[in-house]
Amino acid sequence: MDSLTEYFQSYLTALETYNVVGALWVNIQLTFWSALCSLVLGTVLALMRISPVPSFRWAGTAYVNIFRNTPLTIIMVFCILVAIFQLQLNLSSDFNFNFFLWAIVGLSVYHAAFVCESIRSGVNTVPLGQAEAARAIGLSFLPAARLVILPQAFRGAVAPLGNTLIALTKNTTVATVASVPEAAGLMKTMIEFRPDVIMAIFATFALGFVIIVIPIGLVTTWLSNKLAVAR
Amino acid sequence: MASSSAAAGSSPRSNQPLVLLKDVNKHFGPLHVLQNINLEVTKGEVVVVIGPSGSGKSTLCRAINRLETIDDGEILIDGKKLPAEGKELANLRADVGMVFQSFNLFAHKSIVENVTLGPLKVKKMKNGAAKELAMSLLKRVGVANQADKLPAQLSGGQQQRVAIARALAMKPKVMLFDEPTSALDPEMINEVLDTMVQLAKEGMTMIVVTHEMGFARKAADRVIFMADGQIVEQATPEEFFTNPKSDRAKDFLGKILNH
Repeated sequence: MDSLTEYFQSYLTALETYNVVGALWVNIQLTFWSALCSLVLGTVLALMRISPVPSFRWAGTAYVNIFRNTPLTIIMVFCILVAIFQLQLNLSSDFNFNFFLWAIVGLSVYHAAFVCESIRSGVNTVPLGQAEAARAIGLSFLPAARLVILPQAFRGAVAPLGNTLIALTKNTTVATVASVPEAAGLMKTMIEFRPDVIMAIFATFALGFVIIVIPIGLVTTWLSNKLAVAR
Repeated sequence: MASSSAAAGSSPRSNQPLVLLKDVNKHFGPLHVLQNINLEVTKGEVVVVIGPSGSGKSTLCRAINRLETIDDGEILIDGKKLPAEGKELANLRADVGMVFQSFNLFAHKSIVENVTLGPLKVKKMKNGAAKELAMSLLKRVGVANQADKLPAQLSGGQQQRVAIARALAMKPKVMLFDEPTSALDPEMINEVLDTMVQLAKEGMTMIVVTHEMGFARKAADRVIFMADGQIVEQATPEEFFTNPKSDRAKDFLGKILNH
């Protein structure tokens, strides 16, 4: 019993030394901004993939196939080594914030490919007749997409978009290779300096992500039912 | 016809056909669905297209506002050639109203929003004016009291009447009906047909693909009988139903009229 109390005591000192909540907050910020950017980029890509212009369709398909099939770590390392160090492309003059922004870029371009495919699966839930009716009243492609197709497609895409968001949340840990001080990086440091409570450290971070991710799953499931288009 | 009766009409070219199809051909793979179709529809005329399924009548109807592309030939609406794509085609489609077999009301928009969408976004009409127009059209087709509901809350017959109102809101020169009553329960067919008969009486140019022979007798100026991708016969409804000339038409009428 004593050893258990002792273990717990040393775990508490580890928590006092390192700011776990602060690190997880960085992951939440990365998730938020990357989700926003990849949603915009993914929507543009989905529009390209369903557009009547063959070259747009081709470009959209090429993007999805390249970025969906490249490991996120490689994209992230590319952002740091090539974009920042080789090409000196700085998004901010603040050294750390620059890395943070490039991490968002890396996460966004990668997840945009998945967002695009989620939206496209939503487009497939919209009957062809909706597009035909939109065209028949004189709407051209973009207005028809904006006013008729996408509003219904997004409602049909809530569940797959939720899956992508959950994957994105957990993938923000890859930002550690871009030296962003987030949870996975902190965990590595803690394990290095406090191997005495290694199990508890693992459990802490696992639990941290579960707490962040479970509400996303619940909300998207609830939303996908609530927003479903009655036909 | 050559004399300048133009001054009387609203259009300066009222003596030319409103819809003109010249040698139109279309294939679906090996299937030749439209074979050298030639058709003229003048302003105010109501043309009913009938024929067995697979005869190409729906394809013909959809080709007129280019929901189906054609392989060769020409389609002219009010003297203007149907453009290939883009803004011009959209403008031309706004002049051609279309009513579908499956209604195709915008499922996420209310009834009144379904009708105002075209006037607002294509004709850039003001909000108040579009709403007023929509309500008057919904009243005309008898569903004004359902204006704030969603399409899924209406019966099929009501939805189809809304679809007619939506097409009319664009003030089209011609209305296309692609089997407008085929997806309806029997008790709802008449409410839609009554709306169409009323529209025909008001002088709307209409091309109607249908299996409703009663409507053809009552409202059509001309019946076109299609089979195997060809226009086999065209005549007034009176003549066509009492004295069909081709064997295909006799066979078809024999199957559907002798219950």
